[in-house]
Amino acid sequence: MKKSILPILTVLAAIVVIWYAGAVWLNSQWTYDQAARAGVEVTFSEMVSDTLTQARPVLPAPHQVAKGLWDGIAGQKITSKRSLVYHAWITFSATMAGFGLGTIAGILLAVGIVHSRAMDMSVMPWAIASQTIPILAIAPMVIVVLASLGIKGMLPKAIIAAYLSFFPVLVGMVKGLRAPDAMQLDLLRTYNASDAQGFWKLRLPASMPYLFASLKVGIAAALVGTIVAELPAGATQGLGARLLSGSYYGQTIQIWAALFGAAILAALLVLVVGVVERITLKRKGMAQ
Amino acid sequence: MRSPVIDAKDLNLIFETNDGPVQALKDVNLSIERGDFVSFIGPSGCGKTTFLRCIAALEHPTSGSLTVNGISPEEARKARSYGYVFQAAGLYPWRTIAGNVKLPLEIMGYTQADQEARVEKVLSLVDLQGFAKKFPWQLSGGMQQRASIARALAFDADILLMDEPFGALDEIVRDRLNEELLKLWATTGKTIGFVTHSIPEAVYLSTKIVVMSPRPGRITDVIESTLPKERPLDIRDSAEFLAIAHRVREGLRAGHAYD
Ligand SMILES: Nc1ncnc2c1ncn2[C@@H]1O[C@H](COP(=O)(O)OP(=O)(O)O)[C@@H](O)[C@H]1O
Ligand SMILES: [Mg+2]
Repeated sequence: MKKSILPILTVLAAIVVIWYAGAVWLNSQWTYDQAARAGVEVTFSEMVSDTLTQARPVLPAPHQVAKGLWDGIAGQKITSKRSLVYHAWITFSATMAGFGLGTIAGILLAVGIVHSRAMDMSVMPWAIASQTIPILAIAPMVIVVLASLGIKGMLPKAIIAAYLSFFPVLVGMVKGLRAPDAMQLDLLRTYNASDAQGFWKLRLPASMPYLFASLKVGIAAALVGTIVAELPAGATQGLGARLLSGSYYGQTIQIWAALFGAAILAALLVLVVGVVERITLKRKGMAQ
Repeated sequence: MRSPVIDAKDLNLIFETNDGPVQALKDVNLSIERGDFVSFIGPSGCGKTTFLRCIAALEHPTSGSLTVNGISPEEARKARSYGYVFQAAGLYPWRTIAGNVKLPLEIMGYTQADQEARVEKVLSLVDLQGFAKKFPWQLSGGMQQRASIARALAFDADILLMDEPFGALDEIVRDRLNEELLKLWATTGKTIGFVTHSIPEAVYLSTKIVVMSPRPGRITDVIESTLPKERPLDIRDSAEFLAIAHRVREGLRAGHAYD
């Protein structure tokens, strides 16, 4: 444990140092401009202390982001529109809805592809093509089109999240359902087992490790999709909207706090999938 | 008059490959009687696996006739007439040993109570009583292979087909399993088709030894063993045993063109 934590702390410390240096460097221009306008000279130490305390820095310092994050999480009632917990909840619920839809779609398509040659030939190319469309470009259009049809709120966001998350689940499940080798399939043939029995008794259990690996990718992709879907003008709720309103008003600290909020949410989601994976595989005897 | 359990007449099987046709079986004629223990021996690529797979209807002959229990291999497969043991144990890692042995029983629709009783019976046949609740990775390779044999014995098939089941195991484990397999054959009365690379193994186990040779895969000799049914391990030092082993070796040499 000690051995693994030391390198991590070293890297973390290096990042913080580089970040502080970057903040001083990027924010110094504004400090010098202000000083020049006021007609005063600034010493190096005055410059440094100013760059780390600006209200709207180009790059907020780590402690400013930490404070912004703390204020957003603990400094507000969680029902307040200024609370990051509130916005994270909005994003989280759309992410989960989209992830659920995407997972179900991915699994169903994978089952179809593995059992039908026609679906293998027809669905897979389209699934791959779907992922070459830049979601950033079409998300606003999708949101606007759906809004004009009267579909607002969580559903449009969930659709975009599902669009991003079904693909890794599809690819992982196809691979997992095809994981059993020829010998294992032959064994079932010697029992004269039906396709359905082969699916439930062999293919599905064999695909579990692949499913969980792709669920981790899928849930992170669903979060990205939700945040992207919250960016288009008009959205007022969610971490994406927080990011956007922050950039409208030059509230860089708010942007960074929202970014870190999103990162923490992503880490928690992946962690939860990982825990469910450990428990499930252990119960099934597939992990030691 | 009793008809043979397995009857092959002028059997040919040609695989169409990218490098042209491969004749895996050429003019194979063989009949196996009920209760026989038949070993197939020969160098790699002589069609041992292919012949066993034809019996199991996992492969289809190009010409000739083949019957299993008097019916076509396909019908025999549907009637679940045989258990098949592959070279690798191929246990499902997500099932316990008992769960693995239950697999064919679940597929074939045995009742829950019957499943339990059969699992217990076959696990004690292969000497794995105490290991029902273990997962495959908790067992040695030899124990895993015994579990896979138990799985093939769990349902009422009167034929047992085994394709180099002990090929991946060390000699000491192999000797023990050979001895156990003979006991099992004696208690169950099944007809066994057994593929091996090892001359002593073939001679020790079999009532009938089929010597094969490659390119094209064909039978070069069929030896009826004169050894008694009761065979302690040290029978392998007897003159009779060595004489049969010698004949097998001669058959292998004759079939093998050293060109
Ligand atoms: N599915 C297949 N497709 C093409 N050739 C095959 C196939 N299975 C076996 N063969 C060929 O048939 C011959 C006999 O193979 P096999 O029965 O596996 O031999 P053995 O089990 O005696 O080693 C070999 O030349 C092998 O390459
Ligand atoms: Mg073989």
